[in-house]
Amino acid sequence: MPRLGRKTGIGAAIAALILLSIGFLGWQYAVQGTDQSLTAGMKLGTDFTLVDHNGAPVTQAAFEGRPTLLYFGFTRCPEVCPTTLYEMAGWLDALGEEGRELQAFFISVDPERDTPEIMKGYSEAFTDRVIGITGDPDEIARVVAAWHVYAAKVPTEDGDYTMDHTASVFLIDRDGVFKGTIAYGESAETAMAKLRRLAGTSG
Amino acid sequence: MNRFTLLLSAAILSLSSAAASAHDFKLGALEIEHPYARATPPNAPVSGGYMTIRNTGAEADRLIAGEAEFADKVEIHEMAMDGDVMKMRQLADGLEIPAGGEVVLKPGGFHVMFIGIDSQFKDGEIRKATLTFEKAGAIELEFQVEDIRAMQDTMKMDGTGKMDHGAMKHGG
Repeated sequence: MPRLGRKTGIGAAIAALILLSIGFLGWQYAVQGTDQSLTAGMKLGTDFTLVDHNGAPVTQAAFEGRPTLLYFGFTRCPEVCPTTLYEMAGWLDALGEEGRELQAFFISVDPERDTPEIMKGYSEAFTDRVIGITGDPDEIARVVAAWHVYAAKVPTEDGDYTMDHTASVFLIDRDGVFKGTIAYGESAETAMAKLRRLAGTSG
Repeated sequence: MNRFTLLLSAAILSLSSAAASAHDFKLGALEIEHPYARATPPNAPVSGGYMTIRNTGAEADRLIAGEAEFADKVEIHEMAMDGDVMKMRQLADGLEIPAGGEVVLKPGGFHVMFIGIDSQFKDGEIRKATLTFEKAGAIELEFQVEDIRAMQDTMKMDGTGKMDHGAMKHGG
């Protein structure tokens, strides 16, 4: 883990300045998109090659064949990501047999810092049902764009950064068709109803 | 993992956190109620610190900085939802604590961000960090680490994830 700007001092100040400039140059993998433009029935996504948290290759094909939950986030996210992963784990657990077919992925919007190892420890702390995905930042940027997800680096004072990102969970049916989202903070009841529909275990 | 054990530990946690809210600190005109931090998954480099800060004085004060041995940096942040996008901002000018008012730092809103933590925050631990206010000065606080399960209720109080700015009048 990089430990930037650990102590104040000239060295740190120079490092921060350099990092800040690099940060600005490399900034634009921010992809503007809006969930509002998405409607159920669209086929989203793009071909890509990334790695799952066990180091195995993952492609778009992973999102077909089974009803799927996709969540975009990052491990330096203090609130929405741990909350959402915790909730996803709870929904899948509560669905039990009804949700057996559902699969869930946590895609990093911060691939430069989120290695497969970091994603694995993080995801598995919540559940063994959510598989972390990370990899080449350009590939991630393409996936983020193809799902109309907003993800942007926001520089902090000392040249470090945090991320703004879409916090909704995407629901995809077994044919890879987008069915809707579960918003951050949505009640467990409506979330579970959506997942039952997605799993095909309710009308 | 056994669901019953989870529920049980959540229940015990909420009891213990209610009991722990007696842990308050005082610094000049400021009263700081129940500083707590969120337990972290393994590998998570960050955690959030929360508390209620009450200003009994006649002058506004401002939380301007923080420091902790266990973290590379301590920053003051605000999280807010903009539609379906989670946005996080460092409050470069700090966080105002209005005269006679209070500000609640809680999941989904204002928080102290511990960045580059040296080890996983485990439920039940105490982590010491120093916060500095513009007028009242610095104070070392003990943050009680709590499981995120114990925080669900706090978070659900406001579905937008955006909290009000806590400029409520405080009678005391």
